[in-house]
Amino acid sequence: MSTPTVKMTPKFDIRNNSVPKLRPAKISVRHLNFFYGRNQALHDISMELPERMVTAFIGPSGCGKTTFLRTLNRMNDVIPGTRVEGEVLIDGESTYAPGADVVELRRKVGMVFQKSNPFPKSIFDNVAYGLRINRLTSTRAELAERVEEALTNAALWSEVKDRLNSSALGLSGGQQQRLCIARALAIRPEVILMDEPASALDPIATSKIEELIFDLKKQYTIAIVTHNMQQAARVSDFTAFFLLGKLIEVNTTETMFTAPEQKLTEDYITGRFG
Amino acid sequence: MEVHRHLDEELDTLRDTVLRLGGEAETALRRAMHALVDRDVTVAREVLEHDDAVDALEVEVDRQCIDIFVLRQPAARDLRFVMSVAKTAPLLERIADHACNIARSAIDLAQEPELKNHIRIGEMGEIASSMLAAALDAFTKSDANAAREIIKRDAEINDLYNDVFSELIGMMVTAPATATRDARLLLVAKHLERIGDYVTDISELTVYMAEAAIIKHQRGSV
Repeated sequence: MSTPTVKMTPKFDIRNNSVPKLRPAKISVRHLNFFYGRNQALHDISMELPERMVTAFIGPSGCGKTTFLRTLNRMNDVIPGTRVEGEVLIDGESTYAPGADVVELRRKVGMVFQKSNPFPKSIFDNVAYGLRINRLTSTRAELAERVEEALTNAALWSEVKDRLNSSALGLSGGQQQRLCIARALAIRPEVILMDEPASALDPIATSKIEELIFDLKKQYTIAIVTHNMQQAARVSDFTAFFLLGKLIEVNTTETMFTAPEQKLTEDYITGRFG
Repeated sequence: MEVHRHLDEELDTLRDTVLRLGGEAETALRRAMHALVDRDVTVAREVLEHDDAVDALEVEVDRQCIDIFVLRQPAARDLRFVMSVAKTAPLLERIADHACNIARSAIDLAQEPELKNHIRIGEMGEIASSMLAAALDAFTKSDANAAREIIKRDAEINDLYNDVFSELIGMMVTAPATATRDARLLLVAKHLERIGDYVTDISELTVYMAEAAIIKHQRGSV
């Protein structure tokens, strides 16, 4: 009897019994269509994002990856004339169902943007902002504790603990981005969406963000949009490739970068696109 | 796009370099076997003298692979190609080394009376040479099916080796005066058997390159 051949998926090699048990889906997307007015930006997207793993979205500009990311916490709702069909389920609950609590959804699903956008306030007040407006703490001591926890989890505490009352705008670009991550973490989300979080940062600051993502995935489900394919390869467990609003392939990152199943993916990954 | 053109040119250059190395290994093997069978010491010495050029080509393949890995960060089929070339080059260099060892045996044997019964070693050499040529052809065309056929042929060399081994041991027992020459031929047979293994390894890398399937250490799955 012949032994089946094994696809080159180093971390998922069935021969050395290292296949991780695929964690249950934190987010399930089913037949999602998205429209900007009459222009359909996403076509019948179905995929799952396993909990406490990092899923990267790659694809050329305009392919719909950021639009897709923003459907996961209904951030596109604020854009007039948009329309959604299909379902996004988080922990099995439909986020687009009539009566779904959008505020609770966005507490559960935090977001970090391409350009760091700290408020013109102190470092402390930036991180405390979400806790205060959502009234998530009852005492000053508890508030301070949650701010410290968030800054620690964002790997920023040791750099700012002595100047918490200084303006956040005085931080470096990389520190500002980690502050925004701390702000997202403060309200204890379960999912973090990152839209090109390191695209404006130098290699050292980028590397800190990537290390942070690696640490954060122990606790959070992460989805990241990136134009940098090496970054997708470095930080993610799964990679999804989008093209012209369609999901072409989603696979383990190892498979995507060594032996993608779709020719379109291979052409994009090897830089021979178009 | 400019970047793709550069990468394509570099991959083409790498392909050319590894095929030149393959051509050198093929030539070394054919000439070493000719030197052995026809007792041609001059050709045997030329094989040995040429080995430095083969080594230099292997180093050149290494250099090109490292440059592409570092500067281009190849992925998918490009990654598999560069990875396979990087692993094929030392196998080709070792095949050339085995050819040199056969050439050394040819020089030693040429100093002594000829043994008439090593026809089957010549046959082993023919099979090894044709397997190597076919493996390089399959590698060039990224032809996984052809590579799988070559892997099956390794059994031919192994069977021949076992036959030659038994015959030569038998001769050592029945005619001890020829034992030294028999031992040298036994070493030649072992070199050819090892070359068959390296050709198999190259063919497995071709399958990996073409299909991303790992078939090594899984005999029976080709």
